[in-house]
Amino acid sequence: MSIPHTPFEQETVPLAWPHRHLLDLERLTPEEIRLLLDTASRFKEATDGCRKKIAVLSGSTIVNLFFENSTRTRTSFALAARRLGADVIDFSASGSSLSKGESFIDTAKNLEAMGIDAVVVRHGTPGTPHLLAQRLGVGVINAGDGPHEHPTQGLLDIFSIRERLGNVAGVTVGLVGDIAHSRTARSNLWGLIKLGAKVILCGPPTLVSQRWRELGVEVSHDLDAIVPRCDVLNLLRIQFERQNTRPFPSVREYAHLYAMNRERLKHAKKELLILAPGPINRGVEVTADVADCPQSLILDQVTNGLAVRMGVLWLTCGPRESDRFVSIDPVHRAGRLV
Amino acid sequence: MPTLLIRGGRIVDPSQGIDRTDDLLVRDGLVVAIGQSAIGKVDETIHASGLIVTPGLIDMHVHLREPGREEDETIETGTQAALAGGFTSVACIPNTEPPIDTQAAVEFIHQKAMRADTCNVFVVGCVSRNREGKELAEIGQLVEAGAVAFSDDGAPVYDAELMRRAFEYCRMFDKPIFAHEEVLELSRGGVMHEGLVSLVLGLTGMPAAAEEVMIGRDIALAEVTDGRLHVMHVSTAGGVALIRAAKVRGARVTAEACPHHFTLTDEGLRGFDSNYKMSPPLRTAVDVEAIIAGLVDGTIDCIATDHAPHAPEKKMLEFDRAPFGILGLETAVGLAVTRLVATGRIGWPRLVEAMSFMPAQILGVNRGTLQPGAVADITLIDPNLSWQVNVNSFRSKSVNSPFDSWMLQGRAVVTIVAGRVKYRLG
Repeated sequence: MSIPHTPFEQETVPLAWPHRHLLDLERLTPEEIRLLLDTASRFKEATDGCRKKIAVLSGSTIVNLFFENSTRTRTSFALAARRLGADVIDFSASGSSLSKGESFIDTAKNLEAMGIDAVVVRHGTPGTPHLLAQRLGVGVINAGDGPHEHPTQGLLDIFSIRERLGNVAGVTVGLVGDIAHSRTARSNLWGLIKLGAKVILCGPPTLVSQRWRELGVEVSHDLDAIVPRCDVLNLLRIQFERQNTRPFPSVREYAHLYAMNRERLKHAKKELLILAPGPINRGVEVTADVADCPQSLILDQVTNGLAVRMGVLWLTCGPRESDRFVSIDPVHRAGRLV
Repeated sequence: MPTLLIRGGRIVDPSQGIDRTDDLLVRDGLVVAIGQSAIGKVDETIHASGLIVTPGLIDMHVHLREPGREEDETIETGTQAALAGGFTSVACIPNTEPPIDTQAAVEFIHQKAMRADTCNVFVVGCVSRNREGKELAEIGQLVEAGAVAFSDDGAPVYDAELMRRAFEYCRMFDKPIFAHEEVLELSRGGVMHEGLVSLVLGLTGMPAAAEEVMIGRDIALAEVTDGRLHVMHVSTAGGVALIRAAKVRGARVTAEACPHHFTLTDEGLRGFDSNYKMSPPLRTAVDVEAIIAGLVDGTIDCIATDHAPHAPEKKMLEFDRAPFGILGLETAVGLAVTRLVATGRIGWPRLVEAMSFMPAQILGVNRGTLQPGAVADITLIDPNLSWQVNVNSFRSKSVNSPFDSWMLQGRAVVTIVAGRVKYRLG
């Protein structure tokens, strides 16, 4: 009788995943996005709901290279990497040579020279992870580049929807709030479109451009009108820090028009799911009672974030079939292959 | 000085309405004659069969960076790049450090240019003292020193009252104001054209309206003062329409377009390459078509490059920290021929008008013609030469071009300044 292996233990990354980086969802195929979600799902199961360790990346070193503040994403990536047995190094822009005028590329190249396997990068400027991916020989995972994309956030939102509803195709998802400055909105948008969901972007015209229609999504400025049609509402934070001039007269007025509250919930489908990428501003985009209501997936999203990030780390850094035929650096790759 | 015979080329000189295959004789730095009379004792003959022979090309919008930013370009390297691009004259924009707002500063440029002994350098002086947009620079003194036009380019002249006074004051010298058109509140924080691409990339956009509103203001001010407005680097369809309407009304307005604005669109930004970052930004296909249409019908008088060198370490930054601007001198002819002439949109006479005759007219300099007695600034262009752009072979000190490795058609092969061959390809 053979002893069953732990999942992933003897596996290599599927050939259907050819990428060493995860930079955005815009350029992934629907099949690749499904593979990411399926992999995350298997990790969630194999780790007993993201609680246990599964050391499939032991010997790997992952660097959290954060040029912008972050608590939850950084922690989530670090925890996901540790669950997989990888070493994690945290590198913040403050207190580093960046403050001495070093360019971000030089900083990353220095880290690369220390023998790391992947960089998880967050930066306030769109495209910075893409530039790093062109210049580094290690995997680059985008943990948010300005208002551009935040692919793992998009994936975990979609993962949470799929987990509850069993499917994404045909589901109507309302993304509500500061679409203009939201990387979460963009990653959700691409992932949802590719998987066949119906996407409605909702918020004031100063934050939701009519131009989005050119991508085949619906644009609405009237939350009350769209709430009854939505299966899912994803409530996005107002990013005051990224705005030149305030795009609405007052927070009070914004909340009046766009906060998801008990009253609006009455007009929603009974099974409406509520997501919020956090950090949430209670009373602005969502009231406290709605944030804590049974339909809220806000805490599921946090757990699922770990599953998605484990999946992403493994797919980008895990052992590949092709690795078996090339010489392996014994220090950095030890323990990777059976 | 030796006598030079340019033999058997296609001479294109819109100033005389000439477009025919003929000989051109140069003596003592001046054009002697075109045609049968072009015989006599000759020291050197250039066989120009199959080549276009034009009055020397003039780029009226060049940032030479000296003084102050010699790590990006110098007067020497910038004018060498000009020669290699077929330009016999450049007009240098005064946003240097310090800016060109005094007689001494103009004199410095002239001295450096003379020492470089390359192409002609005409100096554009500042509109405002220290380019601060607060009070007029000593425009009369700058004219005496040789300034040919006035500009605070890099930034608009923001105060409408100051701009009005500048138009009025410059009238007595008959000098144009070169205007960078941008309403800064509308473009604040912007790094590319505002449109679907900027929306998708999450990069802050600069709406077309930011340029058009300011063009509208400056046309109104030029009309009310009877001043001479030259709109720099027009990039939007709306801007072209405003200029066309102003010209119909008889306003004293001229305009230029840059090769990148009739070649590239904001789609180029998708790779986050800062070599696609310039101001005004790359716009849409509709705008590109409007720019070309404007060049075809003469709404846009000339082609200028906005040659803007930046050292590699400055461009290799995060997209929003990288400076605006790209090189232009060494790709202008290739882009213009490839995009405009080879596609049949304009003929050679119009191209020569846009790159030589009209710039000379606007700058008020005695160039842009091959009439007997004219200074023998001459460019020989191989219209069929197919070549690959290689930024590492540029004479410019910088390499910030989005056209690296592009295949282009048409290239200057000989550049002659005042009767002397200053550049020969190969």
